[in-house]
Amino acid sequence: MNHLPILIPAALLFAAFLIPLAGLWRKNLASAVALTGSGLAAACSMTGLWVVLSEAKLRYRLGGWPQPIGIEYVLDPLAAFVVTVVTFLGFLSLIYFRLSIQHEVPDRFVTAHALALLLLAGLSGMIVTGDLFNLFVFLEIASLSAYALVAIGDQRAPVAAFRYLILGSLGGSFYVLGVGFLYFATGSLNMADVAQRLPAIYDSRAVAAAATLIAVAMALKMGLFPLHLWLPDAYSYAPSAVGGLIPPVMTKVAGYVLIRIFLDVFQPPYLKNHLPIISIIAWLACAGIIFGSIMAIAQNDLRRMLAYSSVSQIAYVGLGLGMAHPLGLVGALLHILNHAFMKGCLFFVAGAIRYRTGWVEISRLKGLGRKMPWTLAAFTVAALSMIGVPPAAGFFSKWYLLIGAIEIGNGWFVAAILLSSLLNAAYFFRVLENVYGDASSNEKEKSQAVDPPLSMLAPILILAGGILALGLLNFVIVAQVLMPIAENFYRG
Amino acid sequence: MLSVLVSNYTYLLTSLLLVIGLYGMIGKRNLAKKLIGLTIFQTAIFLFYIQGATHPGATVPVWDPRWGSSAAQYINPLPHVLILTAIVVSVAIMGVALALLIAIYRCYGTLDEAVLLERMRHS
Repeated sequence: MNHLPILIPAALLFAAFLIPLAGLWRKNLASAVALTGSGLAAACSMTGLWVVLSEAKLRYRLGGWPQPIGIEYVLDPLAAFVVTVVTFLGFLSLIYFRLSIQHEVPDRFVTAHALALLLLAGLSGMIVTGDLFNLFVFLEIASLSAYALVAIGDQRAPVAAFRYLILGSLGGSFYVLGVGFLYFATGSLNMADVAQRLPAIYDSRAVAAAATLIAVAMALKMGLFPLHLWLPDAYSYAPSAVGGLIPPVMTKVAGYVLIRIFLDVFQPPYLKNHLPIISIIAWLACAGIIFGSIMAIAQNDLRRMLAYSSVSQIAYVGLGLGMAHPLGLVGALLHILNHAFMKGCLFFVAGAIRYRTGWVEISRLKGLGRKMPWTLAAFTVAALSMIGVPPAAGFFSKWYLLIGAIEIGNGWFVAAILLSSLLNAAYFFRVLENVYGDASSNEKEKSQAVDPPLSMLAPILILAGGILALGLLNFVIVAQVLMPIAENFYRG
Repeated sequence: MLSVLVSNYTYLLTSLLLVIGLYGMIGKRNLAKKLIGLTIFQTAIFLFYIQGATHPGATVPVWDPRWGSSAAQYINPLPHVLILTAIVVSVAIMGVALALLIAIYRCYGTLDEAVLLERMRHS
């Protein structure tokens, strides 16, 4: 049991190295290895979540070195929750991966699988590590695989990937610089140790510089408005399968790092009394929520619309953190889970439509609702959940954010959340109107379009079912997992 | 004032390099120059760590009975180790970036951002 924290990234890394070897022998074996690796990691994460919730948090010392000297991996309820979301979504998108990649970029089949596993390894490492510099290494593992995965898309993809690389590496560099300031101020890199040493030097300007640099770094990685410039191109030119892998989890993990570092290492008293940096994040998030939704309305490319919608949705996580209130944090964490399911489902559907018809333009989807009934039923569930229609999961994360905003008495936040629901409705109803609308202008090629094969349809339906299940179960999740985490952070 | 400058000159030089790198990344239109800017920016961070590790009168961090076991006698080796890792990361980034630049140049025949956007729109 004590080895669980390391097993999650290790299983993924090991599979990532095995895939090219397996792929040399049999192409399909690469896919099998990827599924095994990510399935193992997902199973370990779920076991980890169970153990952590029923017992105590797990700490793993790398190489057996005692705590402030060596690197340690920590699985506490927050880390276990986020890593479960990431590995589960990763596993589903790898089921989806095989046919989609084979269809769009067949000559990159093995590499894409290896990179996908490396990406997941990097992300899960970022989540479980308890060491500030180790986090940077995993951050770069995840980012580099993401750049490469984006670049194997269509011919515009390398340009998008390069822009992503420049801004992403700038973010990574800001993070190391911030960690450098923290290290020279406290003399430690272990998160728990730094957290203990920080209160004595809260007034130091080096600590303020570190907080600012880390906030900018993670805002870049999250694609928080106005640092989202890399995001729409990267998401819309990447292969469809990658669209199902990166958008649901990647920016969320950056959001998790923001939560981890500000609430766990700097801790709420510092943010309240010394540097109001998370309030700035909250206001930027507020602007981003509106901006992303308005830009989404203006798009005709379905994936580009979803990408701008991601800019808006990730800002909810920033807003929930920035409220500095337990309910806001619960909303942010619940939104990490819900949005991963919703965006995963929506991008999977976009990929499935492209797989069957070759199109992504919203105006050309007329009448598809009757041709691909299951796929678009799942899309409808996810879209309604994004808008925030009650039985679906999306309603509840917005609900907690709304209650949080009312509790701290900030009318602007309330207005932004409500307005964005309206704007969400505007752009999703436009798609729904097209797919279920009049099919008289139906073109001939479209008559061939049917629901995609089972290995693509199953992840879509699991996510759509999951959205409804999460909506019904959200009280259990909030009461058992999220509320204790949030209260633990804001106890002091 | 001058004494502040003299005692902190390493920080000033590092900041200067950071600004030059940032300018390269944001101000330059050529993608290869953006990459050079990124490299300068990262190098400045390496120097920041390395200069934070030294202190006057300290020697190489190999234990020597003549110097005793006081930590103040030795240069802090940890930042050097961290930066070795960071250099490896930055080399990997540069490798990926150069590969992307080759792919972009093969496809569009230019690395100038404005021309590139123009050609992307027409393709």
